[in-house]
Amino acid sequence: MMIETTGRPFSRVRHPAWVRLTHWTGAAATLALMVSGTAILLALPKLFWGETGSNSAPAWITLPLPVDLEQTGWARNLHFLAAWIFVLNGAAYLALALLRGHLRQRLLPAPAEIKPRALAGEIRDHLRLRGGAPPTGRYNALQKIAYLGVLLVLAPLILLTGLTMSPGVTAAWPELFTLFGGRQSARTIHFLSAFAMVAFLAIHIWQVLANRPVALMRGMILGRAGNAEETR
Amino acid sequence: MSALTRRRLVLGTAGFGAAGLVGGCDPGAPQLRPNPYGLSDWLTFAGQRLLLARQPLAREFGPEAISAVFPTINTTDPDDPAYRRSKAAGFSDWRLPVTGLVARPGAFSLAELKAMPARTQITLHSCEQGWSAIGQWTGVPLAQVLAAAGMRPEARYVVIRTVDGWWDSYDLFDALHPQTILAYGMNGADLPVAHGAPVRLRVERQLGYKSLKYLSSIEAVDRVDGIGHGRGSMVAGLGFSWYAGI
Repeated sequence: MMIETTGRPFSRVRHPAWVRLTHWTGAAATLALMVSGTAILLALPKLFWGETGSNSAPAWITLPLPVDLEQTGWARNLHFLAAWIFVLNGAAYLALALLRGHLRQRLLPAPAEIKPRALAGEIRDHLRLRGGAPPTGRYNALQKIAYLGVLLVLAPLILLTGLTMSPGVTAAWPELFTLFGGRQSARTIHFLSAFAMVAFLAIHIWQVLANRPVALMRGMILGRAGNAEETR
Repeated sequence: MSALTRRRLVLGTAGFGAAGLVGGCDPGAPQLRPNPYGLSDWLTFAGQRLLLARQPLAREFGPEAISAVFPTINTTDPDDPAYRRSKAAGFSDWRLPVTGLVARPGAFSLAELKAMPARTQITLHSCEQGWSAIGQWTGVPLAQVLAAAGMRPEARYVVIRTVDGWWDSYDLFDALHPQTILAYGMNGADLPVAHGAPVRLRVERQLGYKSLKYLSSIEAVDRVDGIGHGRGSMVAGLGFSWYAGI
């Protein structure tokens, strides 16, 4: 029960229950964060750098969104509830992934995989939309890099820039302001990193749909993945 | 007076630390909503009370950081006959009643507030709408006013009401914080009408909507669940969190 995959043929590879549970919990929380985050943004669809920014000050970017001041009530409630779920769920996933060897065995690319030539080959294949099983039979290198990037860079960045917008947290940890260059800078980076998350999700979902959506969905829901690990 | 303030501050902190952590019959934030948002509100409240247990000050800036334009929202000139009369008289007849669980209920004039020990702070105002601006605020710490009125030990919240019908409540953890001031000055001048003249509140470790404008009364109470919608503030009745440290 310790290690899910070692030595088994692909047809027996399963997503363990804790991966499926945290995957879908995280997916639901992320969807709620995207919807509510956009609704909050409508109150001031402009981005600024530094400490201050408002309709009375020049913006770095004015987003092509309608202004709506009436959505922040429900949206903030949902955003912070979903944020707690996202953070607690993500922390549980990270802890289990470390303890169970998941991070090292499934997500950490092998040295041969990230040699420039191997990576260039994969990128070329992806750009030509050419499928094909990755040599390891599990996640391919680009997939591993994307997952690790979301887990270790993007999600923490979204969390920390979110906390930098909290007047309570920053009273205790003013270093957050120094780290991101001010409250409005944190807000801008929060938006940009959330946008990057949306881009990741778009590719992630497209890859599921473009490969074998039924088998892949069944794998992430029931665990019976077939050779789902071949997904690109 | 300062010894009393410090003692009350410590008492308030200890009481809230315990209440916030133990939970149970008194979760510390009695305005918790009876839905999942009550849970996330409580996690945020309890988490920030832990982080802020040593009562740090919010960041303060130098005068060069003061924003050229400080936005104004909601009421910018109260449409209230008594307020208009008072404004025309330069607020010389304005009084701030301090009542409830205090040994010496009474009312402070603007001159009396200005005669009390003052604090000036240049801080970042963060609005729930997303904007932020830096302003300089001069006023008397709320703790000074409460001490002058002799707040009684049973008091656990301070309810503040305004000319334009807003009201909010603050537990002693925030009410007695040194940066929680009744501000009568902004950027070196009298507080402008658009920013809440003659006196507004500053609560620097929460969002802007906790920093009420146009103060009309202060009341020390032991509980707030019987006021308004029972959620601790006017905006909480509209679905916004009572605790706005986010």
